[in-house]
Amino acid sequence: MRAWHSHIPVVAMLLVSALFCLLQGADAAVSAETVKTSRVFVPAPPKGKGDKCVADTDYMRRYHMTMLDHQRDDTVHEGLRTKQFSLKECIACHAVKGPDAQPLTIKSLKHFCRGCHDYAAVKIDCFECHASRPEPGKKAGLPANHDEKALSTLAGYLGDKRQ
Amino acid sequence: MTMARASANQKPDKAYPDRRDMLRGLAAGIGLTIAPGVTLYALGGAAEAKAPGDRVTSKVRWGMLIDVNECADGCTECVTACSKENGWADTGNPRTDAQWIRKVTVSDPKTGATQSLPMMCQHCAEPPCVDVCPTGASFKRADGIVLVDKHICIGCRYCMLACPYGARSFIHEPLEDQKPHAPRGKGTVESCTLCVHRVDEDRAPACVEACPAEDGGAMLFGDLNDPASEISKRIAKYATRQIRDDLGTDPGVRYQNL
Repeated sequence: MRAWHSHIPVVAMLLVSALFCLLQGADAAVSAETVKTSRVFVPAPPKGKGDKCVADTDYMRRYHMTMLDHQRDDTVHEGLRTKQFSLKECIACHAVKGPDAQPLTIKSLKHFCRGCHDYAAVKIDCFECHASRPEPGKKAGLPANHDEKALSTLAGYLGDKRQ
Repeated sequence: MTMARASANQKPDKAYPDRRDMLRGLAAGIGLTIAPGVTLYALGGAAEAKAPGDRVTSKVRWGMLIDVNECADGCTECVTACSKENGWADTGNPRTDAQWIRKVTVSDPKTGATQSLPMMCQHCAEPPCVDVCPTGASFKRADGIVLVDKHICIGCRYCMLACPYGARSFIHEPLEDQKPHAPRGKGTVESCTLCVHRVDEDRAPACVEACPAEDGGAMLFGDLNDPASEISKRIAKYATRQIRDDLGTDPGVRYQNL
């Protein structure tokens, strides 16, 4: 018969391995919301409606604010109401529904814009005036068209010829 | 306006149209023949429908004619419709609450006769609010609609002091869930936009549509520059008044039977 204290290392090992399993489970739960292969948190903003955005993802990532900025002056001052670079259309297409099946506002962590802006610590002022969700109860808009001509016009305006 | 546009556009002001403008005009003409647009009854049928990609031009000057005899005392349907359309509401602070449109009662002290009429931004041809704005946020669109560009408004409220009609208000409280077509936020000045989002879709402003007065309502909306429009015909036929016309602001809103 072995002394009771000789069991301590075995019990400790069992405990440690159980803890390790638990941690691994928690890790898997986190990675479901981030990109799988990386240990670094990477934002994964929710997908919009339709099969593609109004421009390529890389282009949108870099220039979305410039696009909105350009369109806002044209709309406010000159009455241009095209949909491709309209903030209202972005909001309608990228709306995320909450548990009550209504689109979430910017207050929610799951709002499309917050997906990246929280991560990058870039404050958004848009929603101090603009609605951060489509009007509740109204049918959300369809994705605006992927108009290459409008994009190249914009690229010309921006002085960017990478298209 | 000039300051703001220059920074956004980097284009010098032009005194005459260049080739690009002419081509754009041509394209707009073609667009019209391909898609026979919706024409508003108030336009008299002759005006072109504006496509979403078209820029506003000074060929049009939007205006409104209000028949004061038709406007019922105590009726506030236009105010309610405006509030619902643009998402402003009383917050219980009557001294500072937004008032895009309000009903006022005017009386003649000699006879005691009273009249009730709606008062809102008069969309002046020579707007004092635009003259005093230090940032260029207060501006007049080419088609005569006077607006605030809230992106560049610093909330100084000079325009509120300059306006002879008391048409503008300032937002004191943070807001949320605004109407997507009518952005408005704390720290900026706002006023009647003549429902610019509807006008750009060839629809009449919400107040005009909501007026319950007989024979199509007491309010008529249309193009003052088009002699064939209903509003132009009416103001040519009947005597109408611009409020405080002595100031030379040349309002786009006119009153009949006042």
